[in-house]
Amino acid sequence: MSAKELAVRELVVVSGKGGTGKTSLVASLAVLWGPKVVCDCDVDAADLYLVLAPEVIEEHGFSGGSTARLDTSRCSRCGRCLTLCRFGAIEASADASGPVRIDEFGCEGCGLCAEVCPDGAISLVPSENGRWYVSNTRGGPMVHARLGPAEENSGKLVTLVRREARRVAEEHDVNTVLVDGSPGIGCPVIASITGASHLLVVTEPSVSGVHDLARVLDLADRLSVPAAVVVNRWDVHPDGAVEIERMCRQRGIELLARIPYDPDVTRAQVAGVPVVDHGDGPAAHAMREIADAAWRLLEAGSQRMERVSKEAG
Amino acid sequence: MCSDALTTSRRMSDGVRVAIASGKGGTGKTTVATGLAHLLARCGVPTTYADCDVEEPNGRIFLEPRIDDTHPVLATTPVIDGSRCTNCGRCCDVCRFNALAHLPDRVLVFPELCHSCGACSLLCPEGAISEEPRRLGEINRGTAADIGLGFVEGRLDVGEPHAVPVIRAVRGELTGDGVAILDAPPGASCPVVETLRGADLVVLVTEPTPFGLSDLEQAVGVVRAVAGEAVVVMNRTGMTEEGDAAATRLCEREELPVIASIPENREVAACCARGGMPVIAVKGYAERLQPIVKLVQERLAT
Repeated sequence: MSAKELAVRELVVVSGKGGTGKTSLVASLAVLWGPKVVCDCDVDAADLYLVLAPEVIEEHGFSGGSTARLDTSRCSRCGRCLTLCRFGAIEASADASGPVRIDEFGCEGCGLCAEVCPDGAISLVPSENGRWYVSNTRGGPMVHARLGPAEENSGKLVTLVRREARRVAEEHDVNTVLVDGSPGIGCPVIASITGASHLLVVTEPSVSGVHDLARVLDLADRLSVPAAVVVNRWDVHPDGAVEIERMCRQRGIELLARIPYDPDVTRAQVAGVPVVDHGDGPAAHAMREIADAAWRLLEAGSQRMERVSKEAG
Repeated sequence: MCSDALTTSRRMSDGVRVAIASGKGGTGKTTVATGLAHLLARCGVPTTYADCDVEEPNGRIFLEPRIDDTHPVLATTPVIDGSRCTNCGRCCDVCRFNALAHLPDRVLVFPELCHSCGACSLLCPEGAISEEPRRLGEINRGTAADIGLGFVEGRLDVGEPHAVPVIRAVRGELTGDGVAILDAPPGASCPVVETLRGADLVVLVTEPTPFGLSDLEQAVGVVRAVAGEAVVVMNRTGMTEEGDAAATRLCEREELPVIASIPENREVAACCARGGMPVIAVKGYAERLQPIVKLVQERLAT
C-alpha cells in the first residue's frame, strides 16, 4: 500500500518539563528509522538542526500576525486608543504634548486601536516573526523553523511547520513524520499534538518531571491522542522511576523504556551527532530499543485504522 | 476584575524585579530561582518568589509554601445575543484571531482562540455582543513560612492555550517593595516576553552544550528587546572541554558577565530530583549563588 492510500502518521515527542532529552531522542530515532520526514516544532528553541546537519533546500519567511504602528504626525492625542487597549501596549508620554507610543512587545495585534482611531493614525503592519526551512538530512527531509527572539505566534508557526512536513511526506511518498515538540502544555504544544497519531512523552524521574508528566498526559487525554512514555536518566532517582511506572500502569499507558544516565549523550551533542552515532553506550542502546518499540506503536495504529476503514467501507 | 488582570503589566513598585530565564528547558532555572529567593529571604530581604512558568509550575515542589489564597484567572470572551444579532459579520471581520466564524445563519464563537481584546463587542453595530468571564487558570498565594518568603504561582488549566494572561496576573500580584524573583518558562516567545518585560535584572541560566548555547542566544535576544541588564549562570560546567570553551566564547562575544559557574554534580541532580533544595542540602552550593545575592542586594540599595 503506498503512502497516498495510507494516511500520513505523526509521532510527536513531547515532555511537559523542558530539558528531559526530547531532541537527543528524536535525532536518534530519525537516523534509525530513516529516511522518513522529520519536523522540529520547538520553534522558539529549535535545536534539532544542531545534530542532524541539515542542508537547507528551501527557505521562507513567516508572518503570523501584525503589530500596530502609529503615525505621530496624524495623531491628535485624543487618547481613545490608550483607554481601549486591553494589553497596556499604548503609552502616553509624561509630558502632555509628547507623543503617544506603542510598545510593540505588548501589542497583540488585535487592531482595535486602528479601528477606533478617529484620525486614521494607526495602521496594522504584518510582522515578520521568523523563517522556516525544508532541508535534507540523513533521517530524510526535515521541516524546521526559527521564530525570532521575543516574537509571538509560535502556535501558528508550529501549525505551518507540521502542515508542510505532511505535504513533504506525501510528495516523497513517505507515510511517517517524526515530530520534535516543545516543553509545556500551552499553545505551541497543543498545536504540535492535536490530531497526531501518537505521542511519545520523554520524562525524567524527578518530582518536577513526574508533576509535569501528569499534566501533559492529561492534555493528551483531552485531545484524544494516545501516548507512550520513556523515562530518561532513570537511575538519577530510581524511586521517581518507580512512581512513573505506577502512574503509567494506573492510566493504562505503555512505558516503552528506561534510558540510564550516560555522559555520552552530552558528548554526542557537543560532537554534533545523534547519540546512536556516538559509540554504543547504554543510552544509545536504550534508544535503539525505543526506535523499535515506537515503530511498532505506529504500525499497530495504522493496522487499526485500516481495519476500521475496511469495516466501514 | 478581568480587565484588571489585563492592565496591570506596568511597574507598580520601587522594588527590584529579577527574572530567571534560559531559553532551553531543564537548565536549572527553578533550582537557581528558588535557591536565590531562599538565600535572600534568609538574609532578611523582603522577597517574593513568583512562578511564571504557568504551564509547568514547579517552584512549589521545592519551597513547599503554605497557600493562603487561591483565585481564578479570568479572561473575557464574547457572548452573542441572538435576538439582537443581524448576522452582519462585522465582529468576524474585526477579529484577528479567528475566534468568531461567520456562518450563513449565525456567528459561532471559539473561546480558546479569543485574546479578550474587546474589538467584537465594542464594534458590533447592534450592541449584540457582551463579554463574559472564562477561567484560564489560577493564582495561588502563600508563604514559605519558616523563612517568611512570599510565594505567588500562576497555574494554567490543562487544555487552555494562552499562558500570557496568567503570567500577566502573576505580575499583577507583585505590588510590594523588596525583591521579586520571577521564574520564567523556557523558550523565547510571548510567555518569556511577558515574564521579562520591565525586569531590572535577568539571570540567564544555561549549560555549556550546543543546545544550551543556541537557546541562550535566543533568550539574549528577548532580554535585549524588553529588559535591562543580564548576567549568566553557567550550570553543569566541566562535562566537555569544547562545550565550556564555546560557552566562554559566546558570553564574551555577547558581553554577558558569567556571575556564577556550577560544576556538573550528580549529587545536585539527585537532590533536585527528590524535590530538595541544593542551597540547603548540598555542601558548597549556596556559596556558588552568593555573587547573585550580592548583586541583587546592590540593585535594591540603589
